[in-house]
Amino acid sequence: MKTLLSDFHILPDADGHFGPFGGRYVGETLMPALIALEEAFDREWKNPDFLHEFKSILADYAGRPTALYRADRLSALVGGAGIWLKREDLAHTGAHKINNTVGQVLLAHCMGKKRVIAETGAGQHGVATATVAARFGMECAVFMGCEDIRRQAPNVERMRLLGAEIISVKSGTGTLKDAMNEALRHWTACVEDTFYVIGSVAGPHPYPLMVREFQKIIGEEARKQLLDKTGGLPDLLVAAVGGGSNAMGLFYPFIDTGVELIGVEAAGEGLETGLHAACLSRGSVGVLHGSKSYVLQTNDGQIREAHSVSAGLDYPGIGPEHALFKECGRVSYVGATDREALAAFKLLTLTEGIMPALESSHALVTAIQEARKRPENQNIIVCLSGRGDKDMANATGYRDFDKIDPFTIFGLSS
Amino acid sequence: MNAILSAFEQAKHQNTAALVGYLAAGDPDPATSRDIIFSMLSQGLDILELGIPFSDPTADGPAIQAAYQRALSGGARLSSVLELVKDIRKHFKTPIVLFSYLNPILQYGAEKFCMDAAKSGANGLLVVDMPMEESAELLPFIKKSGLTHIPLVAPTTPSERAKKICENATGFTYLVSMTGITGSAGLDVAKASALTQKIRKVSPVPVALGFGISTEADVKTLAPVTDGIVIGSAFVRAIAEGMEKVNKNGGDKKKVAATLGEMTKKFKAACRR
Repeated sequence: MKTLLSDFHILPDADGHFGPFGGRYVGETLMPALIALEEAFDREWKNPDFLHEFKSILADYAGRPTALYRADRLSALVGGAGIWLKREDLAHTGAHKINNTVGQVLLAHCMGKKRVIAETGAGQHGVATATVAARFGMECAVFMGCEDIRRQAPNVERMRLLGAEIISVKSGTGTLKDAMNEALRHWTACVEDTFYVIGSVAGPHPYPLMVREFQKIIGEEARKQLLDKTGGLPDLLVAAVGGGSNAMGLFYPFIDTGVELIGVEAAGEGLETGLHAACLSRGSVGVLHGSKSYVLQTNDGQIREAHSVSAGLDYPGIGPEHALFKECGRVSYVGATDREALAAFKLLTLTEGIMPALESSHALVTAIQEARKRPENQNIIVCLSGRGDKDMANATGYRDFDKIDPFTIFGLSS
Repeated sequence: MNAILSAFEQAKHQNTAALVGYLAAGDPDPATSRDIIFSMLSQGLDILELGIPFSDPTADGPAIQAAYQRALSGGARLSSVLELVKDIRKHFKTPIVLFSYLNPILQYGAEKFCMDAAKSGANGLLVVDMPMEESAELLPFIKKSGLTHIPLVAPTTPSERAKKICENATGFTYLVSMTGITGSAGLDVAKASALTQKIRKVSPVPVALGFGISTEADVKTLAPVTDGIVIGSAFVRAIAEGMEKVNKNGGDKKKVAATLGEMTKKFKAACRR
């Protein structure tokens, strides 16, 4: 892999390739729509009126900029580097997903589309899409696996109240992968009047590029906020990766700096058990949902089921640009298990009064482990990608939840 | 002239559209799948299109998804599909087209797959999620192996693009008859017919029309305007229904093979112009 760091800002190439990854692996029926979408995005992302409206909606409607908060009690308890939380949980709808859905639904509106569809796992992207669709008076349908509908009941009700139609997907494992399959099938049938709002830096070109551009505001804000507060750049950034949009949003504005970057994948029951969602650590290169990247698959090229306590990370693929970052060694990718994530979920709630989403809890695990190894004058920014209310029933229902002791798991003295 | 072009040529001489029959390889199990294929080929199917089962078939409707699941549960793998092709080739000369998603091919090895497929006796390859922009990683090996390349053109494809896509076709051009996935309802025969006439003008090879064609009446109407007609979900649904009866009431799986043979005969008759 010969991609130089200085090349990152010109990627992807004209056909949506990030080095050997990315591209557009879809049926011919969808190709003209992807080309039209690419043209519309290229045009509007340079259009001052579009940019002004995007930024205004993010400020006045979505509540940006979100705070950068130094978790003093957690940092003191852990010892070592200071842990800062980029509070995407404070954005409207409770997660970073809103940044992207504002961008895409605004683009759909500019393209004259009257209807949007989306896939969702944890329900956060579905809620964020339904919310912005309501804001623009557009029709909205959300595809959600039947297993996720069970795990994330409160978000399902929210989407219904927002006027969205929920389409339960029973094929396969009834999770995010299957919801995305079904959304792609549906889009193929109504591609002429419907805009597909993909929720991560995954899928065919131009989605990985477009979602990165809409999400990079996370890192841009964090960079400026930490500079204002400490006068310097952070030493380390940590974010959870499922499809990888919050991590891409935080990392991208730091790609050409020397700041260390760690992406945390869901290690589920443990990387050695096979029950995980760690595509970059344990997967191999393949094609899924329109792009080439790392995927969980059998030797025969059949896609394997992912496993994670967090519905938002329970996905056997990863955005293609993350695959490139891994190949080049620009970002390190590690895993956090279900139990570790639940421990971090408990610990942050207890010490800071902030209940993190289970997705974000994975990033906290690594932040805690890294902080301990580092001197006090270092600063770590963690992307707190979402709030954890939606996960309460799922977390407390986890086997032996009461016995999960963060102090033991992280080796802290209480 | 390659075997696929010959098959279309022969159909043309007989004043009929070529009947292309699609099945998921190994559906519902290896032995029954073989019986079904042999039965259909004995009834005069012009071209066999054999689907390589994939776990996440985003261009296919529920009928073919279910067929892939049955085949995968029955142990189908890419290597077993190639074995099946070899077996068919011992008994029939009918051209065989492999229909696949890209991922199983990439895991097998793009070059190795093309060479092995050609060696097994396959004549053409159609990769449903490989548009022309991504075809560079497979096209050279398709050419090297002697397989023919079968690209897809859709109703949404603009004329200039359709022309470019067809330039690379060496077997036939697979024209998607409606905006949607396989096995969809609501085919507009008049629209499909107009589209076919447009694409036949730019395609250097025969055009076969598929997706959503499920009745003899549709076939009769379309036969005069197209070089070939692909029937997929209708066959696959008949397998599912037949197996359901066998599983419920008992009985011989050979009956399912016989039913598919009968269907082939009827569709073949409807292809006459």
